[in-house]
Amino acid sequence: MDFLRPAGWEEALAAKAEHPTAVPIAGGTDVMVEINSDRRRPEYLMDLNRVGDLLEWEVGEDSVRLGASVPYTRIMENLRAELPGLALASHTVASPQIRNRGGVGGNLGTASPAGDAHPVLLAAGAEVEVESVRGKRLIPIDAFYTGVKRNALEPDELIRAVRVKKADGPQQFSKVGTRNAMVIAVCAFGLALHPGSRTVRTGIGSAAPTPIRATAAEEFLNAALDEGGFWDNGKIITPAVAKQFAVLCSAACDPIDDVRGTAGYRRHAVGVLARRTLTWTWESYRGARHTTEGAA
Amino acid sequence: MAADGAPTRLAQGTRTKGGIGESTLRPDGTLKVTGEFAYASDMWHEDMLWGQILRSTVAHAEIVSIDTSEALAQAGVYAVMTYDDLPTDVRHGLEIQDTPVLAHGRVRHHGEPVAVVAADHPETARRAAAKIKVEYRELPVVTDEASATAPDAIVVHENRTDHHAAHVPHPNIVHRQPIVRGDADGAARRADVLVTGDYFFGMQDQAFLGPESGLAVPAEDGGVDLYIATQWLHADLRQIAPVLGLPEEKVRMTLSGVGGAFGGREDLSMQIHACLLALRTGKPVKIVYNRFESFFGHVHRHPARLHYEHGATRDGKLTHMKCRIVLDGGAYASSSPAVVGNAASLSAGPYVIDDVDIEALALYSNNPPCGAMRGFGAVQACFAYEAQMDKLAKELGMDPVEFRGINAMEQGTIMPTGQPVDSQAPVAELLRRVKARPMPPERQWESSEGTDVRQLPGGLSNTTHGEGVVRGVGYAVGIKNVGFSEGFDDYSTAKVRVEVVGGEPVATVHTAMAEVGQGGVTVHAQIVRTELGVGQVTIQPADTRVGSAGSTSASRQTYVTGGAVKNACELVREKILDLGRRRFGTHHPAWATAELLLEGGKVVTDGGEVLADLADVLGDEAIEVEEEWRHRPTEPFDRRTGQGNGHVQYSFAAHRAVVEVDTELGLVKVVELACAQDVGKALNPLSVLGQIQGGTVQGLGIAVMEEIVVDPETAKVKNPSFTDYLLPTILDTPTIPVDVLELADDHAPYGLRGVGEAPTLSSTPAVLAAIRDATGLALDRTPVRPEHLTGTA
Amino acid sequence: MRVNFTVNGRPQEADDVWEGESLLYVLRERLGLPGSKNACEQGECGSCTVRLDGVPVCACLVAAGQVQGREVVTVEGLADFARERAEGRATGARETGGGGTPLDRAGRWQATGHDSQAGEGTGLSPVQQAFIEAGAVQCGFCTPGLLVAADEMLERAPNPSDADIREALSGNLCRCTGYEKILDAVRLAAARRSEGV
Repeated sequence: MDFLRPAGWEEALAAKAEHPTAVPIAGGTDVMVEINSDRRRPEYLMDLNRVGDLLEWEVGEDSVRLGASVPYTRIMENLRAELPGLALASHTVASPQIRNRGGVGGNLGTASPAGDAHPVLLAAGAEVEVESVRGKRLIPIDAFYTGVKRNALEPDELIRAVRVKKADGPQQFSKVGTRNAMVIAVCAFGLALHPGSRTVRTGIGSAAPTPIRATAAEEFLNAALDEGGFWDNGKIITPAVAKQFAVLCSAACDPIDDVRGTAGYRRHAVGVLARRTLTWTWESYRGARHTTEGAA
Repeated sequence: MAADGAPTRLAQGTRTKGGIGESTLRPDGTLKVTGEFAYASDMWHEDMLWGQILRSTVAHAEIVSIDTSEALAQAGVYAVMTYDDLPTDVRHGLEIQDTPVLAHGRVRHHGEPVAVVAADHPETARRAAAKIKVEYRELPVVTDEASATAPDAIVVHENRTDHHAAHVPHPNIVHRQPIVRGDADGAARRADVLVTGDYFFGMQDQAFLGPESGLAVPAEDGGVDLYIATQWLHADLRQIAPVLGLPEEKVRMTLSGVGGAFGGREDLSMQIHACLLALRTGKPVKIVYNRFESFFGHVHRHPARLHYEHGATRDGKLTHMKCRIVLDGGAYASSSPAVVGNAASLSAGPYVIDDVDIEALALYSNNPPCGAMRGFGAVQACFAYEAQMDKLAKELGMDPVEFRGINAMEQGTIMPTGQPVDSQAPVAELLRRVKARPMPPERQWESSEGTDVRQLPGGLSNTTHGEGVVRGVGYAVGIKNVGFSEGFDDYSTAKVRVEVVGGEPVATVHTAMAEVGQGGVTVHAQIVRTELGVGQVTIQPADTRVGSAGSTSASRQTYVTGGAVKNACELVREKILDLGRRRFGTHHPAWATAELLLEGGKVVTDGGEVLADLADVLGDEAIEVEEEWRHRPTEPFDRRTGQGNGHVQYSFAAHRAVVEVDTELGLVKVVELACAQDVGKALNPLSVLGQIQGGTVQGLGIAVMEEIVVDPETAKVKNPSFTDYLLPTILDTPTIPVDVLELADDHAPYGLRGVGEAPTLSSTPAVLAAIRDATGLALDRTPVRPEHLTGTA
Repeated sequence: MRVNFTVNGRPQEADDVWEGESLLYVLRERLGLPGSKNACEQGECGSCTVRLDGVPVCACLVAAGQVQGREVVTVEGLADFARERAEGRATGARETGGGGTPLDRAGRWQATGHDSQAGEGTGLSPVQQAFIEAGAVQCGFCTPGLLVAADEMLERAPNPSDADIREALSGNLCRCTGYEKILDAVRLAAARRSEGV
């Protein structure tokens, strides 16, 4: 094993071009688990901690460019207003120690269906900024997850940042685990209202081979909200609509039975989370005095 | 109070500070908070090698071949050993010697040790172990009672010669204990209501945080010095020496820092492997399990299937009980026979039931071996009989606490084994106390600042803001035996020395007691201060240079090794007083006539008159006593009827659980878990609370999250990691108010009652009862998972 | 490879480090600092919690090569670290991304109370002292990680609610105590600090 220590981004890209099998390590919260447990012995480990750019974020007019290594703790502390869904999801990641090290880039790089950031990135409609010595490209989040723990990165590419539109409406994130903290998702659900475009977007985690959107549910809900004039009249979403939305979200799942939960439970729970997060975000949109942030 | 009247004396004269009854602080506390305390995994030796164990990847197979050549050829590798390299073919085991130190021709469970490697870096050792080629021919797996006792079942251990073998109905049954008393069938006819249930209790892991570790150092005399984290040095020694082919005196063991135990260190783990490699290479060898290996490296709590039938009359009196408890002992016996004895003899719970028909047994299977864990057989039974009590109360339309109170045992009650309960048994009182507590406020997640999800089911995961959340309340009480039972010669040894150092009397205590975190070392110093009036007490490291202290298990160490220390102190005191009489007897008539005590570094009369300074009495003499001490003897249970005075002492705890359940998602938040327990005498009240709260949370764990999941097709463990074997975090743990009763047991030192295990019994069924109360579901298994609460299992 | 970094204020050099080694291994096996404990090696127990440039992290998940040139505080250095903080000397400043002053710095350099326990005087930090007195230590294997995490939380939030304490320590498993005495200890340390004793 070789340990590469690029001092900056250009150097990192060059190293990755030279050693496409190099495994980037930033927070280490995925990579080191695999090394410690003897499941992985990469030829090269490439430390990205020295690449300062990756630890920074820029809040622009419309969007946030979030460096791949910005720790979840920073997102919780600093980007709650701009990226409420991601801030909520960040707060559910593992433990404080892990949140101090891990960042969204790691979640995307690993592309585990259980990664906590995926549902909210899907719901927000993020773009992943990747780069190699050949150039830079933006991958829409919908095209990013290509299989179980596989993503759209080319072997010489590194994740530079994610670009997420600043929230134009309420966002929520819920995750089910069998413990009240420090738990991997049995399933998870992200939802974002986009009043600007009068659309709702969703993201489902741990209930299919990849993180997915519940597109049929979104289409149904977008149509129902439109038809009922809900965006304008701010009425309570009728229980039948919320219920059908939940049913369609459940139907979007393609889960497995494993030691963390049954497929049947995952499907059921995603429906419950879909209904609840829709209620929370919609109540918030209506301006009711409800909490929009889960955690104090 | 205590039989010898010691506490009475305490009330008089100048008390020595830091004696029993005070919450003195741990002598190892400063070392533990500064990181200097040396746990087994922290040891280091010049020129040390790292040992690595290769474990079977399948549960049941013949070993066709093992090729170690590639591993041996790797640079940095000093030794690779398989069964063929062993000095003897002796097997080991706590009760039945059925366990090979390295697999011999056959593996019987997933993760069984097959080969060991020593190398100069742990990574080198891991890589070398991975290069050992083992060819397996897989065999069908025995995984449950049906597959174990089928006519064509594969016998897990052929040609058994152990002392249970001749008495079991099938060779795949390790031990079976019936208990028959009265006429259960006849009594059943008097029952107005009859309640039956089938229950399942999952496999729990001790999950002590300090994984198995030790360092073996070869000695010039051909022996070995072993520094090890264990629960019982002498039981280890008894098993290790014969396997190494060495006399016991050539295996010298010293206890190193132990990072928790809970039963999981009662059997051997890496002890012999490290010694073998050290003797083979001539170099010190350290072995440290990682968490994955730790899940395979020790026995677990027996999973159990339990069938119960209870009857009661309309006025709430129990008529009879019938039960059958099937424990899965896994591939090797470990302490399964004793667990069976406990499960059977305590299966009726702390209730008066004259007519019982009980059967408990443990299987041999190809599942992971199971043995000791906190609560030891009594835990599984308590989960089931307490569910039965709630069912009966409901059937009778009675309050569950009132119903239990009607049937609660008390001093004088006869156990199913025929043994009278001959000390306090405040079962009804404990329940009354937890019930009388004020309830925790409702909807604590709501505040002026909004919703605090940390106080809701799902916690930080933000699954509910109150939707679907229903509160439930449940009660349970349990009975646990203290000490080793069934005629076992359960003793401990203590060496106490008093001498003058720098003008001050100083006491030294030396025992082989394994301090695993429970605080025995704190209590030993307290006992010495109380008995000898010496403030300055040194606790020697535990090792095998002193006699056995027995196991740090069965809630027994304060009773038995504490008793041994007290006894040794009394003998030392007599010697000191004799010395004093010889030296100063002529100075004062009270030396001959009065009852003399040692307090505050002085010899005083029971009237409080000071006769001499202890330092003057001792001069330059050191007084030292090493003596064994036993609790009163017990008897084996009759093999057919289960009758016999098998237990030394009983311990009781009750819990009230208040839970909030997200009934839609099946997520549980335990809001409060109140406990009341009789401890006889709290030698160190702070430590007593720590035991009760810690035991309570281990019971919470098995109620809602902890379970080793074994694939029924392959008998392989599916979740050997802290990612998938979940322990309660501080956010899963409620406030645990504790009510401690001190009703002395006249048979025990200071009247004390073993504390450690009882709270683990009643915690689990109380939480389950509360979840049933919230959901209305029957819930016949533990742990209960979200899918069980949502109909999606 | 060779790794140079600072541990508890002292420059350290580790040689022949295997590239896959963790910071935890280097601390424990190469630098003679076994106070940080190895209980899971997957970031699921917190026993190896140390501060890396001021931030609590699991040392098992930091690759040794990543700490080149950085500052680490372990339980062995906690008492000195707390003392220097109380005296107002800067140690282990936390990295920042973005702009502005992070929340954690606001409550950071307050003077803390000295050890109030008569007769102890062993130079322990207030949190260490509180853990001993409150009975928060049993087997002690989780203790080093909990101390580092609890100390850092009190630095950020001197008057935490119970829920705050629980959240801050939710990455640290304890198997012995049932956590009640750990809560007591942190409350005690916080109370002493706010009383300025």
